[in-house]
Amino acid sequence: MRGELAAARSPGAAADTMLPAAYLVTHRSAETADTATLRLAPAGAALPAFRPGQFTMLCRPGIGEVAISVSGDPSAGDGSLTQTIRDVGAVSGALYRARPGDLIGVRGPFGTSWDMDPARGDDLLIVGGGVGLAPLRPVLLGALARRADYRRVILIAGARGPAEFLFRGQLSDWAAMPGLAVELTIDRAAAGWDGTVGFVTEPLGRLTLDVARTSAFLCGPEIMMRLCARILMSRGIMADRIQVSLERNMKCGVGLCGHCQLGPLLLCRHGPVLSWAQAAPLLAVREL
Amino acid sequence: MTSAEQERSDLLAGFAPFARLSPAQRARVAAMARPVSYPEGTRLFDEGQDAKGCWLIQTGQVALQSEVPGRGSVTVHTLGPGDMLGWSWLVPPHHWHFTASAHTPVSAIAVDTAALRALADGDPALGYPLLLGILEAALARLQSTRWRLLDLYGSPHAR
Amino acid sequence: MTGPGPAVLSRAGLDELIDALIADGYRVIGPVAGDSAIELAEISSGAQLPAGWGADSGPGWYRLRRRGDQAVFGHSAGSQSWKQFLHPPRQRLWSADASGFTPAREEPARLAFLGVRACDLAAIATLGRVLGGGVHQDSGFTRRRAGLFVIAAGCTEPGGVCFCASMGTGPEPGPGYDLSLTERIDGDGHRFLVDVGTEEGSQVLARISHRPAAGHETAEARDAVRAAAGRMGRQMPDTDLAALLRDSRESPRWAEVADRCLTCGNCTMVCPTCFCTSTEDSTSLAPDGTAERSQRWASCFELDFSYLHGRSVRASGASRYRQWITHKLSSWHDQFGGSGCVGCGRCIAWCPAAIDITEEAGKLAQDRGLPGLPGQHRDIGEGRDDQR
Repeated sequence: MRGELAAARSPGAAADTMLPAAYLVTHRSAETADTATLRLAPAGAALPAFRPGQFTMLCRPGIGEVAISVSGDPSAGDGSLTQTIRDVGAVSGALYRARPGDLIGVRGPFGTSWDMDPARGDDLLIVGGGVGLAPLRPVLLGALARRADYRRVILIAGARGPAEFLFRGQLSDWAAMPGLAVELTIDRAAAGWDGTVGFVTEPLGRLTLDVARTSAFLCGPEIMMRLCARILMSRGIMADRIQVSLERNMKCGVGLCGHCQLGPLLLCRHGPVLSWAQAAPLLAVREL
Repeated sequence: MTSAEQERSDLLAGFAPFARLSPAQRARVAAMARPVSYPEGTRLFDEGQDAKGCWLIQTGQVALQSEVPGRGSVTVHTLGPGDMLGWSWLVPPHHWHFTASAHTPVSAIAVDTAALRALADGDPALGYPLLLGILEAALARLQSTRWRLLDLYGSPHAR
Repeated sequence: MTGPGPAVLSRAGLDELIDALIADGYRVIGPVAGDSAIELAEISSGAQLPAGWGADSGPGWYRLRRRGDQAVFGHSAGSQSWKQFLHPPRQRLWSADASGFTPAREEPARLAFLGVRACDLAAIATLGRVLGGGVHQDSGFTRRRAGLFVIAAGCTEPGGVCFCASMGTGPEPGPGYDLSLTERIDGDGHRFLVDVGTEEGSQVLARISHRPAAGHETAEARDAVRAAAGRMGRQMPDTDLAALLRDSRESPRWAEVADRCLTCGNCTMVCPTCFCTSTEDSTSLAPDGTAERSQRWASCFELDFSYLHGRSVRASGASRYRQWITHKLSSWHDQFGGSGCVGCGRCIAWCPAAIDITEEAGKLAQDRGLPGLPGQHRDIGEGRDDQR
């Protein structure tokens, strides 16, 4: 199983699995009204480099710890971590409000990564909804860094409204970039919006696809991923060429606490990135 | 049938409303269709006007808009390649409910809906599959509108 | 383990064994009769063992009973298991101040477990695969287990909720013990047949009074344990349980069991392999603002166990019971290469609603046309009804 291979590769020192490494916030940028991107630098030794799609466990001492996908450039190589956090609870709220100089505990990186190898030489299709764009950003940055490895690179991003896209400045740069097709679509009509209005499935359904040579990477609310995968499969893309990133209650991040189970999977270990062939039958079961 | 008509007939097959028609039926519709193109910003129709015509979008995007007091012209839906624009001609009161304008330069196949309605009225064997196809396209649009209503990206606090 | 055959230890020899282990610096944990149940506690002498106490159990009930002899292992499992020593209910993980994170220190202690049943021996091995078998390990667990000395006890008197024979874990203790004792009380007196499992066990045995076992003594002890396999109070349906549960995700049985299940989580607390934990963070009220994180046992029956921003994935009791039993019998195989159930029966005895994992598995099997319930369960012990 891909997850086990990935787990075997991640160098987790047994003695310190549960002990966070100290990082300091070096930069904070507000993305939306409830989401911010933090850049973190190690206060001591840096954690191992991450692969696109992996997550870390971020903690504010005394408050708690949550799983957050890494949203930075996988080729940064300076030991820093870039993570995008939405304020949805006590812990994520405290992380969202962190300011430069604040101490953040980090464990990881954990979990499986987006498998970009099958996309080599083919078309790369990225669909992100809401904060689901965050774990996909390393895929796009990775593809742009090795642009010649892929044919078309297509990004479809959905958000509730124009002000709720992550990485807005970068999205405009990407949209202007040759060799990258970007379509932004919003759910809620807004005056002055220059992009598409419609659910992400609509621009997705309108794409001209070379179905035998397209790899799709989906992240967003579970229903959104299900609807997008359904459309891609109806167009003829095989389930194992579609990857999704799932979310469950990850507490330890390393398969020891049992919280993030999804049927036979420990999502922190066998996920968060799964092929649609793996994920579809599990997501079809209510309350699994 | 001219080769241009043959080409248009083949093109029609790629649009849901006409996918169920036989090649012969499609050829009859193709005779009522013509290629059109619009520069960005062109108004294809305005809310409240008599609904005549439909457009099968080949390239570019068309914005369906509504004039909302205090908010100006608000886009409620964007249509693009593969979509059919305009179905108010099919049912009373035969008025457009939104304004359609070319969001980008647009090329499309425009269909003479008065002729199409007459054809369908007179030949239910063509009218029924045509209506099913239009219904399929309308349902897809209704469903994606409902998914937007779910406000999936909204904050869990606000739910 | 090659070497001399089984030995025999007298009742006094058992006390010597305990003394020898304590002299070696072990904390010896063994069964004691207390608080109306057999408990596991640190003992300082063999006199604390529950001599003459037996136990009767059935769905939703458990009672101590006076035996007619002075057997010290003549009882089946109580509510506690060895898990609480290897994987404590609560432990500190680290503390933090402005400079960073400091791991919690734990007093190093070498543990000796006395009287570990075959089911519980299997449970320790199962926990080892879960907490110590992967790339990422629970360092506290692996440390505690590494220094462990295990004295198994062969079962000759299974309880009413026992079904280890049908889980393939007992009643003969499998590998994993240093020494294994089979208690014998007959005309020849009170004694224990001793099997040696490790070199360390052999060395400990060498320091205490014992004698080689006579051939008939070995054979009789073996027969007594083997016979226990036929006297289990319960058994699991004889079918591929992993496939059965995997194929039963949409069964109407979940709603039916949810009508009885209180989602109290007792089954997960008493289960010797349930390993789930949650963490809690706290901050000192002192001006230095030291923060710390501790870990505690958690249960998949807790509503917020599956909490995901704003809601729980498994909100209904039906889905939580399904998660628990499916994890035990099915997805555990996918995750850890074996069953999560060892057949000890604790979850049956300590369920306040008398829900029986073997019975629920049997119903699911019957629903799918597979061999289901093996027939009437035998509830061992008298007066079951008035004891409930």
